[in-house]
Amino acid sequence: MTFLIGKNMTGGYGGANILNSCTIGAEKGEITVVVGPNGAGKSTAMKAMFGMLQLSVGEVLMEGAEISKLKPQERVHKGMSFVPQNNNVFTSMTVEENLEMGAFIRRDEFSDTMSQVFDLFPILKEKRKQPAGELSGGQRQQVAVGRALMTSPKVLMLDEPTAGVSPIVMDELFDRVIDVARSGIAILMVEQNAKQALSIADQGYVLVQGSNRYTDTGAALLENTEVRKAFLGG
Amino acid sequence: MKTLIKNTILFGIMLMLLVTVGIFQSWNVALAILNLCLISAIMTMGVNIQWGYAGLFNAGVMGFTALGGIAAVVISIPPVQSAWLAGGSRAMLGLLIGVISIFLVVVVWKKTAKLGRIRYWLTALMVIGGYALMRMVIDPAIEAIEAIEPAKTGFLGGFGLPVIFSWIVGGAFAASVAWVVGRVSLGLRSDYLAIATLGISEIIIYFLKYEEWLTRGVKNVNGIPRPVPYEIDLQKTLWLQEWAERFEMPVIELSSIIVKISYASLFITVLLVIFYLSETALKSPWGRMMRAIRDNETAANAMGKNVTWRHLQVFVLGSAVVGMAGAMLTTLDGQFTPASYQPMRFTFLVWVMVIVGGSGNNLGSVLGGFVIWFFWIEAEPIGLALMNFITSGMSQENPLRIHLLENAAHMRLMTMGLVLLLTLRFAPKGLIPEVKR
Amino acid sequence: MIDLLNPLALICNFVIVPGLAYGSQLALGALGVTLVYGVLRFSNFAHGELMSFGAMITILGTWALQNHGISFGSLPTALLAMPLGMVLTIGLCLVTDRFVFRYYRVKRASPVTFMIVSVGVMFLISGLIRFIIGPNDQSFNDGTRFIMKARAFKEMTGLSEGLAIKTSQGVTVMTAFVIVIFLFWFLNRTRTGKSMRAYSDNEDLALLSGINPERVVMIAWIITGILATVAGTLYGLDKSYKPFTFLQLLLPIFASAIVGGVGNPIGAIAGGFVIAFSELMVTFAYKKVAAYLLPYNLVPDGLLQLLSTDYKFSVSFMILIIVLLVKPTGIFSGKTL
Repeated sequence: MTFLIGKNMTGGYGGANILNSCTIGAEKGEITVVVGPNGAGKSTAMKAMFGMLQLSVGEVLMEGAEISKLKPQERVHKGMSFVPQNNNVFTSMTVEENLEMGAFIRRDEFSDTMSQVFDLFPILKEKRKQPAGELSGGQRQQVAVGRALMTSPKVLMLDEPTAGVSPIVMDELFDRVIDVARSGIAILMVEQNAKQALSIADQGYVLVQGSNRYTDTGAALLENTEVRKAFLGG
Repeated sequence: MKTLIKNTILFGIMLMLLVTVGIFQSWNVALAILNLCLISAIMTMGVNIQWGYAGLFNAGVMGFTALGGIAAVVISIPPVQSAWLAGGSRAMLGLLIGVISIFLVVVVWKKTAKLGRIRYWLTALMVIGGYALMRMVIDPAIEAIEAIEPAKTGFLGGFGLPVIFSWIVGGAFAASVAWVVGRVSLGLRSDYLAIATLGISEIIIYFLKYEEWLTRGVKNVNGIPRPVPYEIDLQKTLWLQEWAERFEMPVIELSSIIVKISYASLFITVLLVIFYLSETALKSPWGRMMRAIRDNETAANAMGKNVTWRHLQVFVLGSAVVGMAGAMLTTLDGQFTPASYQPMRFTFLVWVMVIVGGSGNNLGSVLGGFVIWFFWIEAEPIGLALMNFITSGMSQENPLRIHLLENAAHMRLMTMGLVLLLTLRFAPKGLIPEVKR
Repeated sequence: MIDLLNPLALICNFVIVPGLAYGSQLALGALGVTLVYGVLRFSNFAHGELMSFGAMITILGTWALQNHGISFGSLPTALLAMPLGMVLTIGLCLVTDRFVFRYYRVKRASPVTFMIVSVGVMFLISGLIRFIIGPNDQSFNDGTRFIMKARAFKEMTGLSEGLAIKTSQGVTVMTAFVIVIFLFWFLNRTRTGKSMRAYSDNEDLALLSGINPERVVMIAWIITGILATVAGTLYGLDKSYKPFTFLQLLLPIFASAIVGGVGNPIGAIAGGFVIAFSELMVTFAYKKVAAYLLPYNLVPDGLLQLLSTDYKFSVSFMILIIVLLVKPTGIFSGKTL
């Protein structure tokens, strides 16, 4: 049983459908990457699984239970965590406060989780009292991911986390993503930098015009000549 | 066809209401209300140009109205010779220094963009210097002018031209101030325009209240010349006396009615002209572009339309119309009373007229002006009657009853608020909604 | 020997002490406006009337207490009645939010729509206040008490200029200080307060983090109700209670919030004092100060006022215009929509 799966998802933002019977799944401890050309519906598919989109056809299941009717906030309570592409930190609040807000729904002690996040992103510990808006792009992404980890989620969804950051920062970020996956969390990631993302992916989905085109392990997709020609530059 | 019928019915009801007042109270009262309805309609059209065409919230209608009012004074009152001799030219010199300083400051500001910090200090120095110079020149002049017969004049007077001319000048005054305010606050957030207009109108009112050498301040300016005959003169004419006999009406009352009707015909003419111009503009390519900008500013910007410049045009035009209405109002009153410019009565009441009448629709503005003004005026007697009815069961001495009766007049503020809120919630398009073209 | 103490006393008496009091009142008003702006994202034109309402309830409560012979010692009795004012003002805020503003929030209406709606609310509350208490001046009937009387000061220091500090001024500054400390503690040290800052900072992300928007809104109105009541009451104690003055106060209060950086609480406080002191300094007659500091024959004839006192509200407007031209986000860089 796939831990998290969106089956045959069809829908849009009212008007034409963006998703056309697309299926995406993620497993615990694994990194699942969704790639494809612009407008393929990658972010839309992930948002649909988070509940930010109404599906006309299809369902979303987590641990076998259907969650298609739940609102995003309710899915957060179920163990999902979402890192948006833009505006993903509280710029006027300190790094530490951002993490505190990440843990908002938790009623228990979360200082352990916070030290785990600091272990994962040591630079955040250094800058914990600084307003998040003053950090560099790469550091902000770390705050964004850290914030999402504060709920000790079962699933972490990342919407183009390396958009607009330098290659070195991207490598660092992907290293961290691997660390997070190793701790047992299911990672679902939409990415533009297909080559680098697929190189760390356990499972990869290539979407074109809202439907699945190729589904395989990351390594296999990287070897696939058609995939290489179409999306990876040969 | 359906809208035509509906609009005719709405206006018809309005007419009936006025006729009812005429029958049950008096024709004089009905006509007085009509005249103010006409002026309110014009004011509402002006605000509607800003709101309906461009989505701008002008919270300073009061100030622009007052500018129109002072235009009536400046244009039509004959000059006070002694005051001019005492300090007129020196005062004008002072004003000129002020204007030149502002001009120089703006020029210097623009040309010294590269100087960084120094630019701020330089500008500040120039502002202070220019202001000090102006005050040194103008203060003694002001004292001298105000010392001339303060009880009767104590000010410079005006140009002594026909008062109707002032209606256009009022529009021009309002337009110039609108231009300045718009340049500063348009292109920023919508809240800023609202607060800036709120502020400028307060300052205009203060200026008019306290610069006695120009406006006589709170002593008011009486006896503003009229574009229509005086009742007293009418009463002496033969034809009026004949008519009074034929209609079985006292001469005084008939003369008053004729005067009001004369004003009304003037106002209706102006209203029709402005209405025609506004409708033409609305249907023109310019109007279509304005509405396109209003509906999707980001897209319009992306297409290369200079949104801020267009907004400025609309803001200035709308304010000009409001200014004109202000001049007409002062002409009707025959006197200029700075203290009568209250924000509730002007700025916020006009907004109720715009919203209830129908945003973005000129006919709606006219109707809104009529309806809301009518109810604002009639709210007092109606409120009192209502209160009397409600408390009719209570004894005469009951303190609650006394309190309710005394404060029934304030019900109209609450009623207006309620009307605005209910309209915004349940009928946001107003009585005569915008026509989608 | 140039006499420095006398002009200093003069400036303290006519600028510094009143400035601190008036600045505190504006700061409290601006805090309310900036809070509503940050959380609810609109400029509330009805805020002046909220202040008036809070002050009105407090006055009525004060009269009731005085009728029963209750007093607060040397402090104004109004302070005892203020909690009642706060409770009823909070009630008014919550009711108007539930029945008026919430509809537009759900509809995601534009900020201009909210402003016009707030004008309607302003009308309503204004009419309600006049209906209950009438349009005339009212007094708290607490007597004008002094912490320091002018004559006592002159005797103590031997100066020819007196310095008077009214009890109401002292109370204003102290109360404002306490409230601001409490507000900052709340916003920076409590989970709820931080969630409000988060919601104000980034609404979507706050929702993603599980923050309940309706709860944040409710708390914002509660705090606004408290701030408005305190600001209105202190202003009424200091001067007198006139129901329609508060409409005029809207301009300096909005100006304070914008000058300091709208949406930023520190900005609101800074802005309040900037505006208050500017108003007083620009309209102060410096002639007497000049008389002390300059040799006899150099003292000019006029009052040496930059602007006459009648124009004091225009000062806040001019500062506002300057800020809009030079740095629209304000001193502490508030939000831009």
